[in-house]
Amino acid sequence: MSDCHDCSSCAVATAPPPVRATAKPHVVAIIGPPNSGKSTLFNRLTGLRQKVANFPGVTVEQRVGRAKMNGNREVTLVDLPGVYSLNPRSEDEQVTRDVLTGQMQGVPKPDAVLLILDSTNLGRHLVLAAPILSLKLPTLVILNMADDLSNRGGKIDTGELASQLGAPVALISAAKGDGVEKVFQFMIGTSAGTASLAPPKVELPILQDVPRCRQWARDVGIGAAYEAPNPPLWTRRLDAIFLHPIFGPFIFLAVVAGVFQTIFRGARPIMDGLQRLITLSGHWIGNVLPAGVLRSLVVEGVWNGVGSVIVFLPQILLLFLFIGILEDSGYLARAALIADRTMAKFGLQGKSFIPLLSAYACAVPAIMATRTIENKRDRLATILIAPFMTCSARLPIYFLIIAAFIKERPFLGPLLGTQAAALLGLYALGFLAAIVTARLLKSSILKSERTPFMLEMPPYRMPTLRSLGLRMYDRSKVFLHRAGTVILVCAVVLWILAHLPLQNGKPPDISDSFAGMIGHAVEPVIKPLGFNWKIGIGLISSIAARETIVATLGTIYGIEGTENSVGLQQAMQNELTPGGAFALLIFFAFAMQCMSTIAVVRRETGGWKWPAVQFAYMTVVAYVCAMLANVAVRSGIFT
Amino acid sequence: MVGYNQCGTSPLACSPELDVLDKSSDTESTMQVSVKKDANGRNAASPPTTLAQLREGEAGTLDRLDVPEDVARRLMELGFLPGHTIVPARSAPGGEPRVYRVDGSEVALRRETASRLILRATPKPAIGACKS
Repeated sequence: MSDCHDCSSCAVATAPPPVRATAKPHVVAIIGPPNSGKSTLFNRLTGLRQKVANFPGVTVEQRVGRAKMNGNREVTLVDLPGVYSLNPRSEDEQVTRDVLTGQMQGVPKPDAVLLILDSTNLGRHLVLAAPILSLKLPTLVILNMADDLSNRGGKIDTGELASQLGAPVALISAAKGDGVEKVFQFMIGTSAGTASLAPPKVELPILQDVPRCRQWARDVGIGAAYEAPNPPLWTRRLDAIFLHPIFGPFIFLAVVAGVFQTIFRGARPIMDGLQRLITLSGHWIGNVLPAGVLRSLVVEGVWNGVGSVIVFLPQILLLFLFIGILEDSGYLARAALIADRTMAKFGLQGKSFIPLLSAYACAVPAIMATRTIENKRDRLATILIAPFMTCSARLPIYFLIIAAFIKERPFLGPLLGTQAAALLGLYALGFLAAIVTARLLKSSILKSERTPFMLEMPPYRMPTLRSLGLRMYDRSKVFLHRAGTVILVCAVVLWILAHLPLQNGKPPDISDSFAGMIGHAVEPVIKPLGFNWKIGIGLISSIAARETIVATLGTIYGIEGTENSVGLQQAMQNELTPGGAFALLIFFAFAMQCMSTIAVVRRETGGWKWPAVQFAYMTVVAYVCAMLANVAVRSGIFT
Repeated sequence: MVGYNQCGTSPLACSPELDVLDKSSDTESTMQVSVKKDANGRNAASPPTTLAQLREGEAGTLDRLDVPEDVARRLMELGFLPGHTIVPARSAPGGEPRVYRVDGSEVALRRETASRLILRATPKPAIGACKS
């Protein structure tokens, strides 16, 4: 167990790669209110030359990218969080303010600012211009969604707005790429030091008072002949369907079911293919390498261990494709709206819905997705319950045990067999544990004034392939990096423990290996659950990642470890009583055996306190429930 | 039976919970002329006093925000400023949260928040005007 703690800490330590030190880079910050198209512009300017980390010491996500100017000159772009003002009320606003004033340690003070505003909602978005312009940094005011503005009959005199504000103004469409060259021109100018600051015609409001700033923005808008566009007709029409009192919930359920079905059914063939590829390439490597320690380490340790993670990549990609489509199109805000009433019953809110849905694939991206929840306590509650949702890493052991112990019979008619019903029951158990825990948390340590639910409904938009592709690329990179490092280290550690100490120069019998010793040592603790020492080794190895238990059991029994393996099913039948098998399922439903999750919770909550509490709580729940399950089956309650 | 129109100057005292009829008063009220209420819990004849009482599509002008300062600030940043016209739009199934059209955008609020946003007694459309 201590080895696994080590590997998690190094995975965390390697997370932010060091910034390459060149001659002082030209730093440009991008700032704008939520839904202004900030990320779209950032992606447009940087493409794949970007990385995601956290601002030092806080949980606010920092995206840094490089934009290539003509010639070889490069500009470092820093994407700041979406904020409506610079009043340091929230962590996001504090970080934005600190970065812009050069007070954020480890982040150089920006040389220039790109202020991006939604041109279709200029009255409200211009409010942010006042505090930004008073920073006296060279600033380009970007009016985004130019296509929407003209389509809906809105108008703005950009020249007049520029002279009013004393800053250049560019009317662009970041999604289509129209006018982006003006942004590049501005950055070329500032990096050459030729940008000049004209004093603004209008006086900037000194007090950061919302009504006063809004009044100022209105006056500036009138001065620049701003005509607000007509209401978005298509959004109204689509909302009439998606928020229809009867069709709305049906479409919502269909979307959720569709996402689920695709993640499980649709990804299955790809995952099987990938699994076969990994097994085949493992055999191939095995044939190339000479027999001996090296081959065993590479094939059994490294290849199978890393392979067991890569297998989940199709699911992760599909999940983020869906989340990307839902978010970019604007449906996600509607889904959160529809889910809010139900989530409120468990003390959560509509914005918790998407992270919890994602957690069915993997808790790591789900926990990262909780960043959209502004209320700290709601966010923490969502993070703490997310690992209860049945993630795909639980499926291998579920499939193995269900196939070995539950006879396939029709359960509810011909449609639902007993095995599928057992699997559904396990899903329900995880969900139940999550909502009970949410209630417990929200009525005790995370009790908060029900903070008002405020959610802006963005107009519907067509998602672009470019943005979807970037999102999938980005998230799968993060997933593979984080999970891959943890799994790799732990797989190697397990292999070493199973092959030492050498006896007469040969690897020992598994029972006499270090892994075996550990298994024997924990046996008294897990005996009440109906597990023997071999299952104990599996449990310990699965603290790194749940799916490793199948591979570990395979190693222990000397059988190729896949959940379809009949040999492994027989071994399980010999090794476990029905009570023990049931207890094992219950244990996996509730226990937090995932180093990647622990690492990401530590990162997102900014310390070891919450992951420790969460790990302890989930382990106790898992242990007690598994023991009850074992006792219940043994005493014949279920016969 | 307490109607919103009788609350006078202290709308704070009439949270929606107070409006729930209890059985005992129900028997007494059968003798009185029953006051018709719509789905928003408002007397059909009286003007709305909070955002939560506006019907879908009916415009109201915000007078003040009866919420803690930080919440008020967030709401104001989203466009819920005194003097602004607000029009309720569609809601989630079950009636809340509801989407409100305000200051060029659409923002969803729960009823508990909307009922703390007090409207002007005589609704006058005065977009952008602000109370000093």
